[in-house]
This record gives sequence, C-alpha cells and structure tokens, in this order.
Amino acid sequence: MQTFFITIALVLCIALLIPFYRVYKGPTVFDRLLGGAAVGAKILTLILLFGLMFDRLDMFIDISLGYAILNFVGVIAMAKYFRSSARAAK
Amino acid sequence: MSFLQDALAVILVLGGTFFMLVGSIGINRLPDFFTRAHAAGKVDTLGILMFLTGLAVFEGFTLTSAKLLLIIVFVAFTSPVAAHALARRALLYGMKPWYGNRKNEG
Repeated sequence: MQTFFITIALVLCIALLIPFYRVYKGPTVFDRLLGGAAVGAKILTLILLFGLMFDRLDMFIDISLGYAILNFVGVIAMAKYFRSSARAAK
Repeated sequence: MSFLQDALAVILVLGGTFFMLVGSIGINRLPDFFTRAHAAGKVDTLGILMFLTGLAVFEGFTLTSAKLLLIIVFVAFTSPVAAHALARRALLYGMKPWYGNRKNEG
C-alpha cells in the first residue's frame, strides 16, 4: 500500500507542475490566477496524502482546511481587485 | 470487508488522480481563457472530490473521516465559485470569448 501511495504522489507532482507553465506564460492576468488556483487545489490533496502516509492525518487535515480557505479567499480577493481596471479598459 | 474497503479506496484514488491529470493538461492545452476556466472548474473539482472520498473510505469510520467529509463539502462549494468569479470578472474586464477558427460572421 505504501508504494501505491508513493506512485500516486509522484503522479500528483506531475499534475502540479503542469499548470506552472500557465502561471509563467499566461497571456493575461486571469490565466495566471487560474493556474495558481489549480496548483493550490493540487497541493491540498498532496498534503492530505502525506498525512495519510505519515499516520498523522488528524493534524494535516487542519492544515489543509486552512490552505483551502486561504486559496479561495485569495482568488476571490484578486477577482474583486480587478474591478477598478474594468472602466479604464473601456 | 477490509479488502472491499481497500479496493474501493484504490479505485476512487486512481480515478481522482486521473481526473486531476486531465484537468492540468486541459488548463495548458485549451485555446481560450473561458475554456481553461471550464477545465479548472469542472474536471479538477471532480478529481479532488473523488480523491478525498477515496481517502475517507480508506480511513474508515473515525473522526478524521468526518473532517474529510467536511473538507469535501467545502471544496465542492468553493472551487466552482472561484472559477466562476474569475470568468465573470474576465468577461466584465472586456475579454472576448473564442469563436473557433472560422470567421466571425456578424
């Protein structure tokens, strides 16, 4: 079972590194934000997987819940922030 | 019973990893911002939900499993809301959707 979880963690690391290309080379700011949100969502599952592998899942769950809340609030705050630029673009 | 539980957990975790990989590839390969938001909003959410359900099944009936169910509900609410907020803000910002490779006819 341990080797299965290590393999899953490696595949998740690959799935985490792919959106970094979109963060680095997004044509607009929203592409970069979307890539950052996708990376955060994958890090959440990776934290929980590490907690399961180390048998300390009860501690890692609180960390991942805080991470998820911070990711959501960050995306919403950035989406609110770009309201002021909308009138300047028109 | 335990073998059935492990088999169900392995199937759910494998499916969640597959969908998360597909969502990552979709974020890179799709041609427009709105299609990319669609990939991040639907496929990634399904992958995360399947993955966390697999971990909860692997854990069994404990308090940590209940906390995992709480995280599942939270992610199911917030992940599409974040993608929707970004797409709506991009539309209000003045970004044009992608109409395909054909000419845009009036």
